[in-house]
Amino acid sequence: MSLIKEMTKGFFKENPVFVMALGLCPALAVSSSIENAIGMGGAATFVLLCSNILISLLKNLIPSKIRIPCYIVVIASFVTIVDMTMNAYLFELHKNLGIFIPLIVVNCVILGRAEAFAGRNNVVKSIFDGIGMGIGFTLALVAVAFFRELLGAGQLLGVNVMPANYQPILIAILAPGAFLTLGLLLGLMNLLKKPEAD
Amino acid sequence: MGIFTLAISAIFINNFVLTRFLGLCPYIGVSKKLDSAIGMGMAVIFVMTMASTITWLIQNYILNPFDLVYLQTIAFILTIATLVQFVEMVIQKMAPALYKALGVFLPLITTNCAVLGVSIININEQLSFVESILHGVFAGIGFTIVLIIMAGLRENLEKAPVPDSMKGLPISFVLAGLMAMAFLGFAGFQI
Repeated sequence: MSLIKEMTKGFFKENPVFVMALGLCPALAVSSSIENAIGMGGAATFVLLCSNILISLLKNLIPSKIRIPCYIVVIASFVTIVDMTMNAYLFELHKNLGIFIPLIVVNCVILGRAEAFAGRNNVVKSIFDGIGMGIGFTLALVAVAFFRELLGAGQLLGVNVMPANYQPILIAILAPGAFLTLGLLLGLMNLLKKPEAD
Repeated sequence: MGIFTLAISAIFINNFVLTRFLGLCPYIGVSKKLDSAIGMGMAVIFVMTMASTITWLIQNYILNPFDLVYLQTIAFILTIATLVQFVEMVIQKMAPALYKALGVFLPLITTNCAVLGVSIININEQLSFVESILHGVFAGIGFTIVLIIMAGLRENLEKAPVPDSMKGLPISFVLAGLMAMAFLGFAGFQI
């Protein structure tokens, strides 16, 4: 039961992007289409899961003074694996995500979970935490991408969904649209959260 | 590529924060006060210049000749982490006043994706050694400019009547969106 809770806390209650404001760069940069968002989310989830497992296994061997560089090396190794695999099998997606794949290394969500969770908990818990946070990150990316792709291109996953005479709001797919969409989504979430707090 | 072209392109047309989406965490996190924004900006310019210099040398004199290009990500991030640590120690010893001003921001810079970003972009765009260094400087300046503008705006925002649910982070993003819109005016400049 508590394992399920470790996992689902990442979806909404401790969502890395919306609640903790971590991993903002990829959340804005690759959310111009749902396809990119899912690709990025998948890559980050894989790295998060693997690094969580390895770090929680190694936590007693790593001296606490140099733990951050050690975590970074572990994360960077998995990022290299993802980078090379995607380049080989998902070339188109790899090209779209571009520089943001090597930049998963400095995604604060992953280092944040290593420091705050995997370095302090056992492997099983860390696995569930990694999966949950990864899915939460992906959900946030998809949520932003949903609105940007819908408004900016009139499409969802590349399929036209808007009426034929719909004029795409181009700004939504450009850089400013990313900031505006995320800002308004955060505001909306605050608005919906209000009644529970009282 | 001329220095002027490189400068305009790195500062305005391809601004790291507003067009390339790099370095957003410090952009949102450290832009509450003007003083700390200036401190952070200076530290970033410094580290980005050093990182561009050293990563270019590593790429062209170690990774390329020995066929180790697949180690790029690991090599670069370790270099940057070491560099930041080293810079912190040197400044602490040599210039305590500067350390007091920059000290708290230095450790944060390791995980600033703009620093790793500028290193990788230098290599991807096959810039020469001098161009890489200049690109590092100008990208840092571009980052600092938008960080300082943002801090100034947010200080004034404190007095504005913002709806409760939009207070804090949400309104900052909307503000960043409006700034990005202004910077979009530079897009497509041909120099």
